[in-house]
Amino acid sequence: MKLAELKGWELRELIKKGETGCKEAVASFLDEIKKKNKSLNSFLTLTEESALKSAEIVDKKVSQKQKLGALAGIPIAVKDNICLRGVKTTCGSHILDNFVPPYNATVVEKLKKEDAIIIGKTNLDEFAMGSSTENSYFGPSKNPHDLKKVPGGSSGGSAVAVASGLATMALGSDTGGSIRQPAALCGVVGLKPTYGTVSRYGLVAFASSLDQIGPLTKDVKDSALLFGVISGHDPNDSTSLKISSKDYLKTLDSYKTKFKVAVPKEAFGAGNEKDVEEAVKKAIKLMEKLNWSVSEVSLPYMEYAIATYYIIATAEASSNLARYDGVKYGYRSKDSSQLLELYQNTRGEGFGNEVKRRIMLGTYVLSAGYYEAYYGKGQKVRTFIKQDFDNVFKDFDIVIMPTSPTVAFGLGEKIEDPLTMYLSDIFTVSANLAGIPAISIPCGKSKAGLPIGLQILAKPLAEETIFKAAYMLEQNLKT
Amino acid sequence: MKYESIIGLEVHAQLLTDSKIFCGCSVSYGADPNSQTCPVCLGLPGVLPVLNKKAVEYAVKMVLAVGGTVAPHSIFARKNYFYPDLPKGYQISQYDQPLSTGGSVEIEIPESKAKKKIHLTRIHLEEDAGKSLHSEDNSYTNTSSNVKQKGETLVDMNRCGVPLIEIVTQPDMRSPKEATLFLNKLKQILEYLEICSGNMEEGSLRCDANVSVRPIAQTKLGTKTEVKNMNSFKAVEKALNFEMERQIGIIESGGRIIQETLLWDAEKELIAPMRSKEESHDYRYFPEPDLVVLKFHPQTISGIGGIRSEEKFGTPTITIVEKIKQSLPELPEARKTRFIKQYQIPEYDAELLTTEKKLADYYEECVKNYPNSKAVSNWVMGEVLRELKERKISVSEFKVPPKELASLLKQVDSGTLSGKMAKDVFVEMAETGLSSEKIIQEKGLVQVTDTKEIESVIESVLRENPGEVEKYRSGKERVFGFFVGEVMKKTKGKANPSVVNQILKEKLSS
Repeated sequence: MKLAELKGWELRELIKKGETGCKEAVASFLDEIKKKNKSLNSFLTLTEESALKSAEIVDKKVSQKQKLGALAGIPIAVKDNICLRGVKTTCGSHILDNFVPPYNATVVEKLKKEDAIIIGKTNLDEFAMGSSTENSYFGPSKNPHDLKKVPGGSSGGSAVAVASGLATMALGSDTGGSIRQPAALCGVVGLKPTYGTVSRYGLVAFASSLDQIGPLTKDVKDSALLFGVISGHDPNDSTSLKISSKDYLKTLDSYKTKFKVAVPKEAFGAGNEKDVEEAVKKAIKLMEKLNWSVSEVSLPYMEYAIATYYIIATAEASSNLARYDGVKYGYRSKDSSQLLELYQNTRGEGFGNEVKRRIMLGTYVLSAGYYEAYYGKGQKVRTFIKQDFDNVFKDFDIVIMPTSPTVAFGLGEKIEDPLTMYLSDIFTVSANLAGIPAISIPCGKSKAGLPIGLQILAKPLAEETIFKAAYMLEQNLKT
Repeated sequence: MKYESIIGLEVHAQLLTDSKIFCGCSVSYGADPNSQTCPVCLGLPGVLPVLNKKAVEYAVKMVLAVGGTVAPHSIFARKNYFYPDLPKGYQISQYDQPLSTGGSVEIEIPESKAKKKIHLTRIHLEEDAGKSLHSEDNSYTNTSSNVKQKGETLVDMNRCGVPLIEIVTQPDMRSPKEATLFLNKLKQILEYLEICSGNMEEGSLRCDANVSVRPIAQTKLGTKTEVKNMNSFKAVEKALNFEMERQIGIIESGGRIIQETLLWDAEKELIAPMRSKEESHDYRYFPEPDLVVLKFHPQTISGIGGIRSEEKFGTPTITIVEKIKQSLPELPEARKTRFIKQYQIPEYDAELLTTEKKLADYYEECVKNYPNSKAVSNWVMGEVLRELKERKISVSEFKVPPKELASLLKQVDSGTLSGKMAKDVFVEMAETGLSSEKIIQEKGLVQVTDTKEIESVIESVLRENPGEVEKYRSGKERVFGFFVGEVMKKTKGKANPSVVNQILKEKLSS
């Protein structure tokens, strides 16, 4: 039995039964990280001391037969744009490389309450802007399936941690695919929840109306387990929905459901790698074999999704990132004598190229005279995209698409070509624009042995449907 | 040629909530720099705003008090600009969908007694920014030991997130005087509603103005300028007069007014243009994605204290806006009218007594205990206001409770005290906070009305001043006052003056 290969729910059982000590388990994960992180660059910061301390508490609870939290003893990695009190939270940026938040994100509080072991903070594209983790100030993470390939992004560090067994579970954030795409490229399960189900309090904002925290896990059951813990209303987040968290494990395989599946024709054809398309088609065949009804549908506004996304996301980002000015915290450029110079030098030196590109784009689309043509129109198209989905979900339970048009690409391959890089998100951004939940689960590998992800989308708050469908596919794809 | 000015105002009023508009920090004035802050108002990475319900209710009170319309849906917007005292790099305000539209405030032109309505465009909610403290400022060098070198700037974020309402008028004012009349009226209403302290010097009421001039009888508007940085009521009138004269001067010498933003310098008493760099802002407003639509449903408000958390208000028979309306206090105009009718006092008295809610409350409380309403009015307008002014305090800090004033006045009626003595006792009360009985007792200040005692004092005064008596009897009646004064001196002011007058007249004519 290798601890690193266990699912979260399995590890919790072992610890609960006393078959392994929690501290012992956590220590072995920390050792593994120290061995492998140099080549994978998955973690930016380890929280060794507090992790071991939390593990001791779990061990004590076990020995005293106290009630254990839902995530008791499970080593969890947290993306480095989620605030952890007293621990550096860099967002993969030079401008925040010395920032230590004085408070915990709501999701962190929820993890702690359920006895989870937070073992460290993971690498990401700077401010979660990117699809490869190459935009990190601290260097790219590497795909454990092929170290010359990117792990995807922006939650690349979290996906790598789970895929390589350095952490049992991880939290990521998804603004346009940043959980699902790296999950697909690393061969793990990644969920982007319904907008408003997981509190954003303590998640460093990229694009507030799109950002959502979600789980990266080894299987669907862990995804349901972790989502159940982190979801629920938070009075500190005005956009948090008035829902209570739920135990999604109970219904996961309680009965076999037949799903009505919609396959958008826009998601197939030119642009997709052959291996990806074949794997997804194979998964569709499987659904038919399970007696699910599969139909082709059209999402006519999907072709505008990328353009719309890059208007709205960059507009919000240009405003959200205005606070990094060198005045209060974070990096401050030295030797500026004037205020304007301080701003220009700090931001010029502190931000990387992709972040600057998006700030400029966003500033432009909000400018007087351009607002209506870009931001105003973007908001309208966003509504149409949402309506596309509303229409489909009148007749169907789930929508199936590839998560990413390609498998993991080579490090450096697309970094000089932002537009090509942006197309990595072509199938994922729609869910963020529409606010609906979507999961990526592994569905085979390419000829070169690289993982391929299948994306399942459902209507708002239909995470339960997603988990059930994903769980059934997962069980059947295995055999 | 005669000119008139066209003036519109933008007034910012700080709301007297206990906590800030988007977090739980205290808003009290004068705390140590940065002591009233938290991750939210400091704009740390990852934080989110949650709208304060009290702030919304206060703003709605103002809207209703001026007869405006509360928008069923309004939204918050980000106003983006860089400044060190703006920690998020944007201010959360309202833009194209404000809290309210319409409404008006009536002013009275003193000379003509004519009433005039100043119409409002809108009232909206927003957060305040912090303060930049430059090391040249005395206020800064005196209070902080953190100054390292001259020219250094520090920021105090205590004011960040203090709730404000912005009140925007139509360009209805035709002179700087009208602008100050409007501001005074506005301040009065805010105070009556107890939602703003109205203190311009402390910055809880601030005002910017749009000004243009045109020859009287011309209908076409001139080019306007914006005047900022007027930090007192006096400054507003001075600055606007200055700007009006400046514009007239330019027009008369054949020049053209440039549309620009100007700053009033209170010390030099002049106006200077803002550097163009400072005003070339494109604020890039867009809807604040961290907040949801502020909605007024029949029984609830949503969008406050966490989205979609709909707090239940009141009974199901009235709407929430209606409920706030019912909670409004009697406003200055209504109270003035009632005072005239109920207490039978002149309009002048009623006007003066109702300028401040606390003063009007004081008056009414006093009348409750001493029903001679005109006498009370005279005392409040005279003695009370004088004491407040001399002591530079507000009514609520005044040491003489209205009941005590009433009992003092009763003692004049009963003859225990003369009017003059009562005034002295009142000053003592204002100084010490003691009751009138106590002061009278301690100083032995009981008025002498015993005719025998007064008679003997008068006799001795007449005996000691035979020359003056002669003068009086030869027709110089103005020495009468001399005798009264002497009697008062001997009785230490305790003699009842009407008794003194009567006996003196008898004795001198005999």
